Amino acid sequence: MTEQLIGKPTRRKEGVGKVTGACKYIDDDLVPGCLHGVTVRSKCARGRIKKIEFSGNLPWDEFVIVTAKDIPGSNVVALILEDQPYLADEFINHPDEAVVLLAHADKYLLELAREAVIIHVDELPGVFTIDDSLAKKDIVWGKDNVFKSIEIDKGNVDSVWSSAYKVIEGTFTTGAQEQLYIEPNGVTAWFEGDVVNVKGSLQCPYYVHKALKKLFDKDADHIRVIQAETGGGFGGKEEYPSVISGHAALLAMKAKKPVKIIYDRAEDMECTTKRHPSKTILKTAVDKNGKLLAQDIKFYLDGGAYATLSAVVLSRGAIHSAGPYDCPNVRIRAKALATNTPPHGAFRGFGAPQSIFGLENHLDEVAEAIGLAPDEFRRRNFIKKGASTATSQVIREDVDMEQILDRALKVSDYKALHAKYSNQDPKSRIRRGIGFATFMHGAGFTGSGERMLASRVAVEAGTNGIVHILSSSTEIGQGTNTIFCQLAADALELPFEQFEVAQPDTAKVPDSGPTVASRTVMVVGRLVQNSCLDLKKKLQESGLLSASYSASDFTKACKAYVERYGTLRGDAEYIQPPEVNWDDVKYYGDAYATYAWATYVAEVSVDLDTYYVTVENFVAVQEAGHIVNPILAAGQIEGGVAQAIGYAVYENCVYKNGHLTNGRMTNYIVPTTVDTPPIKVEFIEKDAPYGPGRGAKGIGELPMDGGAPAIANALRQALGKTIASIPTLPEVIFKYCQRMS
Amino acid sequence: MAEKKSYTLAVNKKTFTVKDYPMARLLDVLREHVGLTGTKEGCGEGECGACSVLIDGRLVNSCLVPLAQVEHAEIRTIEGLANGKTLHPIQDAFIGWGGAQCGICTPGMVMATVALLEHKKSPTDDDIKTALAGNICRCTGYTKIIDAVHAAADKMKGMP
Repeated sequence: MTEQLIGKPTRRKEGVGKVTGACKYIDDDLVPGCLHGVTVRSKCARGRIKKIEFSGNLPWDEFVIVTAKDIPGSNVVALILEDQPYLADEFINHPDEAVVLLAHADKYLLELAREAVIIHVDELPGVFTIDDSLAKKDIVWGKDNVFKSIEIDKGNVDSVWSSAYKVIEGTFTTGAQEQLYIEPNGVTAWFEGDVVNVKGSLQCPYYVHKALKKLFDKDADHIRVIQAETGGGFGGKEEYPSVISGHAALLAMKAKKPVKIIYDRAEDMECTTKRHPSKTILKTAVDKNGKLLAQDIKFYLDGGAYATLSAVVLSRGAIHSAGPYDCPNVRIRAKALATNTPPHGAFRGFGAPQSIFGLENHLDEVAEAIGLAPDEFRRRNFIKKGASTATSQVIREDVDMEQILDRALKVSDYKALHAKYSNQDPKSRIRRGIGFATFMHGAGFTGSGERMLASRVAVEAGTNGIVHILSSSTEIGQGTNTIFCQLAADALELPFEQFEVAQPDTAKVPDSGPTVASRTVMVVGRLVQNSCLDLKKKLQESGLLSASYSASDFTKACKAYVERYGTLRGDAEYIQPPEVNWDDVKYYGDAYATYAWATYVAEVSVDLDTYYVTVENFVAVQEAGHIVNPILAAGQIEGGVAQAIGYAVYENCVYKNGHLTNGRMTNYIVPTTVDTPPIKVEFIEKDAPYGPGRGAKGIGELPMDGGAPAIANALRQALGKTIASIPTLPEVIFKYCQRMS
Repeated sequence: MAEKKSYTLAVNKKTFTVKDYPMARLLDVLREHVGLTGTKEGCGEGECGACSVLIDGRLVNSCLVPLAQVEHAEIRTIEGLANGKTLHPIQDAFIGWGGAQCGICTPGMVMATVALLEHKKSPTDDDIKTALAGNICRCTGYTKIIDAVHAAADKMKGMP
């Protein structure tokens, strides 16, 4: 019997490769004879292409040139709606839209050529804000600029307004946010016979696989997608790699040579997806005891020029917009809208950080209006077992938000600090405040997503007894390799070292679904365990392995099995638990199989001479079932909190006519060591109904949700004002303070 | 444009002669001529620190250093730290304390830590934060990196 590994801080599986520099990321793969590829992009935001001119005194016949006319299949990036072309053919819908691809062996010459391609366009007016898109200032997409509308209804909010003790309204906005993984997007593409091969930095091999099938009009066996070591993703490598992979593969097709495209930082920031800018309008009714009577929520996302994932980002944002509260009447109206900026897309939290920023900020205003402390107001409204969410999902688990809140307030010394900062010297040039947010995050795909994905995992053992885990869930830093080996080791009661995770390669691994949505541990991790049990059953049914066995017994059994029967493989496929039911038309029912629950507390200071906001301390307490690896899990929370601090305080995407004007690390500021406060992380562990072992829920996205509203609520105490938009740059705080005086 | 020229440089105690333009970036020279791809490019403008190496013991961003400046210099990269299969204590601590996640900033972060700990044996949190302020990590929130640096410092105190 080996030691149980769930709950142990097992060392990162690929750690040695990462700390020695031996791990090969895509740009480290030096492929002989490989050409470099670049993308020529539109300068204007919207218009009709008149002519493409190859100007200047360049040896154009040396270049591989690809335009939309070279595409063998469909010129669409297959995802949800098929509206985005790989290469603009007739119309330009956003700045930096891909129009022409070039490849050459000399990357310096290639840059000169990129500048020498002139795209002549008859410009059309563009739309650049949520308000203009909603007002149909111009119709830039479909009939009405709306990618997706969602309506969620519970009870009847209109029956409440006239009789309510108080009705409070508020409007909140958030800006775009760049994922800023430190490794930019990159892929290498090559042909083997008529098989398209792509290897790159990516989260979801089967998304790329699906997109390339359509682009090249080929069947599944003629497309192969391999994940290289990936230097961070955070959602930024969820859907975008389908675009860059298609571009590299088109060049490789025409060049009849391998082609590598690696974006530099500016191209990556200017052209790839970001977190959706948002606007949330809330109207909340309460009775005189501080009980929520009605929540009326309008939630808008700026999707950019094409639909990409906006429909599902909107879905998660809308479902999370009413929070972990028991409110009898809820109305949510949500829209994802088109503008002429590069498409916005997946980023950790997926719409929830936007709507939760509005809600948790607003609820502190509501508490103030009825004279209740923010924590007391929430205590009176927390959802409990048996109560229902905005989508009328009855909570079946024994959630205890009060316990989580109490713990977070205690660890942060909230009460004492709140009292202290309520009496600070009004003449002080440094103002301080403390605030918190209470929230939840659904684990796994929304609604019927997991049922439709029907994810699969396999394990294979060879004659040496080493078990290979075959899954398309990718290691992008979050610890997939390590966690899967821990889970498999526990399922088979074998040492960690006996397991290897196969490189995600669509020619070799089954489709375990995408690496997104806080689903890898809970959904795919459980399948890893089930596939191990299937393999064990095969060995035992063949009489080669007894009920109790040692590692060497297992190895002997594998050897005997393989020699006698050939491949030894265990399989597992996801089956939706029968109690999880969702109506996608009415947006009603179990939006997620389960949720992680949390309270985050931020302590801030504001310098009234520089208007600079500093987050001084941060506490993150959450319940996410049982933690599989405490070091990796805490690392997820700490990293997510730092991104949330960046989102709230520093990270500002500046657009001009749809083009990002600060696409550099020099002028897009993310937190460094000196900007990041001490972050205290605690997990309250509980048995959970889903996931491996005694239950584990997703935590990947959770830490992105609570930071911004906790910081805004701390700023409310420091400045005595609602900070209704982020990021809280000094110039923003300056304006609030001017209004104060 | 200037002509390509031969330069001799010492990388991880081995001598290499490379032929390239005087303004070729040290980062590209290391990756493409010397074949050491452990040094990473994150931004190409000296902001992220992923390309950090040591030149004559000083921490630099190799994306900002032209080849002409490093002739005969002693360059240390991430590949020069481990002794065969035995990891340097800093590398070991980064694994043990969770200081590496996606790993792309890790080589630069480790080299910045080498530069710190060779000058300061018992750094405070503030010393560590200041020393690593030029290295951006988007995964960890830095907490576990700071833990790893303290752990490495403790381990290295007993060493010659």
